[in-house]
Amino acid sequence: MGKIIMTADDSASVRQMVSFTLKQNGYEVVEAVDGKDALQKLGGQKVDMLITDLNMPNLDGIGLIKGARALPSCKFIPIVMLTTESQDSKKQEGKAAGATGWIVKPFKPEQLMAVVKKVLG
Amino acid sequence: MMDQHQQAFKEEAYELLAELETSLLELEERPEDEEVIGRVFRAMHTIKGSGAMFGFEDIAAFTHEVETVFDLVRNGKIPVTKNLVNITLAARDQIKAMLDASAEGGMVDEFRTAEIIGVLKGMLPEAESSSPEDPQPAKEATKEPKESFEVTYRIRFEPDRGIFMRGINPLSLIKELRELGPCRVVAQLANLLPLEEMDAESCYVYWDVILTTKQGIDAIRDVFIFVEDDCELKIDAIDSGDAFGGEAGSKRLGEILMERGDLSPEELKSILSQQKKFGEIAVANGLVEPEKIVSALVEQQHVKEVRQERQSQESASSIRVPAEKLDVLVNLVGELVTVQARLSQTSAGRKDAELLSIAEEVERLTAELRDNALNIRMLPIGTTFSKFKRLVRDLSNELGKKIEMETSGAETELDKTVIEKLNDPLVHLIRNSIDHGIEMPEERAAAGKPAQGTIHLGAVHSGDSVFITITDDGAGLDKEAIRAKAMEKGLIPPGVELSEKEIFAQIFEPGFSTAKKVSSVSGRGVGMDVVKRAIEALRGTIELNSKRGEGTTITVKIPLTLAIIESLLVQIGGDRFLLPLSLVDECVELTDSDIEKSHGRNLANVREHLVPYIPLREKFRITGDPPEIQQIVITQVSGMRVGVVVDHVIGEHQTVIKSLGRAYKNVEGISGATILGDGAVALIVDIPQLVKGVEAQSLQ
Repeated sequence: MGKIIMTADDSASVRQMVSFTLKQNGYEVVEAVDGKDALQKLGGQKVDMLITDLNMPNLDGIGLIKGARALPSCKFIPIVMLTTESQDSKKQEGKAAGATGWIVKPFKPEQLMAVVKKVLG
Repeated sequence: MMDQHQQAFKEEAYELLAELETSLLELEERPEDEEVIGRVFRAMHTIKGSGAMFGFEDIAAFTHEVETVFDLVRNGKIPVTKNLVNITLAARDQIKAMLDASAEGGMVDEFRTAEIIGVLKGMLPEAESSSPEDPQPAKEATKEPKESFEVTYRIRFEPDRGIFMRGINPLSLIKELRELGPCRVVAQLANLLPLEEMDAESCYVYWDVILTTKQGIDAIRDVFIFVEDDCELKIDAIDSGDAFGGEAGSKRLGEILMERGDLSPEELKSILSQQKKFGEIAVANGLVEPEKIVSALVEQQHVKEVRQERQSQESASSIRVPAEKLDVLVNLVGELVTVQARLSQTSAGRKDAELLSIAEEVERLTAELRDNALNIRMLPIGTTFSKFKRLVRDLSNELGKKIEMETSGAETELDKTVIEKLNDPLVHLIRNSIDHGIEMPEERAAAGKPAQGTIHLGAVHSGDSVFITITDDGAGLDKEAIRAKAMEKGLIPPGVELSEKEIFAQIFEPGFSTAKKVSSVSGRGVGMDVVKRAIEALRGTIELNSKRGEGTTITVKIPLTLAIIESLLVQIGGDRFLLPLSLVDECVELTDSDIEKSHGRNLANVREHLVPYIPLREKFRITGDPPEIQQIVITQVSGMRVGVVVDHVIGEHQTVIKSLGRAYKNVEGISGATILGDGAVALIVDIPQLVKGVEAQSLQ
């Protein structure tokens, strides 16, 4: 069975692209439309990795990372945030909250896979 | 795939734009509502981010300007005014126009785009007006071609204690380093605390890594990209691929420790003043932890090995030379051998000690030169072996048999031309083994053998020959069937009893085939005789051994090279001939009385065994009388001992083979010629062909 990766993003097209790329590479994908949705789903399901956008309604990416790290099942999983170049302060904030790494938007499927392979080992 | 994502993006963007319009109208009514401002910002942000990902760079760039303004609005730096709402609505319409244009392939009013950007920029406070960052990451463009030579780096990676809390596994980073090149890792345990004081979720270990890679230092930094701010990372190049720049020897342990900052120069001096093993003293004085010494020693070792490897690679480098050049070289060496023979012969007649010693020197050097020149043309036979594997696989599939091919001695070397000429005969022999040798899986099972048959192809170097064996564990040859067939074809005269070996030798006769039905693989009646002739053309021999039910072994013996051979120089009357030494067993005398005793049959009694012989003088119609005591040179031909009668045996001779040219191609019993030391020409006797001719004659 492949590893399970959650993608949390309010943009349906990004979600679709991330999910499509991951599935093509043999991962199972759980989609979440915002931070709140993601945290709720994380409570009921174990995932091996989380990919989250930073700007999301209801609960943003930073909040999601903090919330996830507080869950025992997510304490040590890799969490990768999607940022834009202009959000360097956000990047620092995300790292402080416990993000493993980041992907700068816009990114290509190959770049996504390189990071996934890097942090999932 | 991309189109599908683009479509999804467009749908989403239209939705967002509709939402944006509503939000903006709301904002006009409640300009202070932060929630609405956030919604506007997020919509812009998503359009920008996703747009760039799916190839809508123009939209992304344009939206970036709007987003920048709203980022400031969000932070309270710009107030929401009617003007702002107006221009944002205009921008929203422009984005929609851009989307429409990309859907229908139409044009966008670029003046309008520039105009809106101008107005938006005018709203920014002075400091912000120059767009702070390019929305396109500049990173990718600066990827330079990677350096291609190897550099050894020393990496000290000391992660923050809290690294686990960010879901980072330091070991997977080290694993990534390993993928870059040969690498040695030493874990440093100096920071470990007593067990009760340690936090199980913190990282106390750090690592020294010595890595040799061609990828350059940026590739190493990339490995640590997510942790570089949260760890101590030191990367130093300690050995470059530059052969001239490197110091003569390896660095000493103390130097390495000092370079790493594990030891101060003063400490180094104080240790060096004591005359003991450096590492022991450093540890004993408590200056350095033992792990650090281990790590430094590992570095020393690694650099040494990398340098050694580089050196051996440099010395093992080879050059490509056209085969013709080698042929020319071998020819020249052949001429030189001939001239050298003349020199030796002349000097032997002069009784001049100085000349003799020069001649001997030249002889020794020529022999060495000859061996080396011939050696250059040698190739490992393994190159053809791999082709046969494919052959076995394809043929066994076609015939529904299960056959595995094993090989040994692939590194055995043979002259290039010999390998080329061996190919066809070997293909034929292997085909025969597959078709006639190995049985069908059911038959094998019934006979108690494994369903899968095995064909073993081996090559062994022995003396001046190479033995190639093809062994199968198939049904073996049917001796009786062969005998019956040979009788039917008139190959064996009635009433003659033959040994097993002689019977098996029949299958090499022209027109012989025992297979009852003709398959596409073998058994068309042309076959083993062609193989035998091809092998003999290479001055080789072929032999067959078989045991019914257990399998067959075919042994092909091939001389190492075709250009120069060892041979036996003999004389008949005034002419001299050469017999290939590889075939010669022994020489015995033949007296007139022996001839009388055999009553006209050409048979000699050699240690109670009868050996047939061929009088070469008669065969070649050389006039004059033979001496009283002639010599029989006894040779091995297809497992039989056959004598060749000559007047005198002169001795061994290095023979450079010259072909006789087309006019003499069909002369029976002669395979070539050579030039002797005194300039005379001597013919090389083709003994197997000679024997065959005599056999055929006596049968008639």
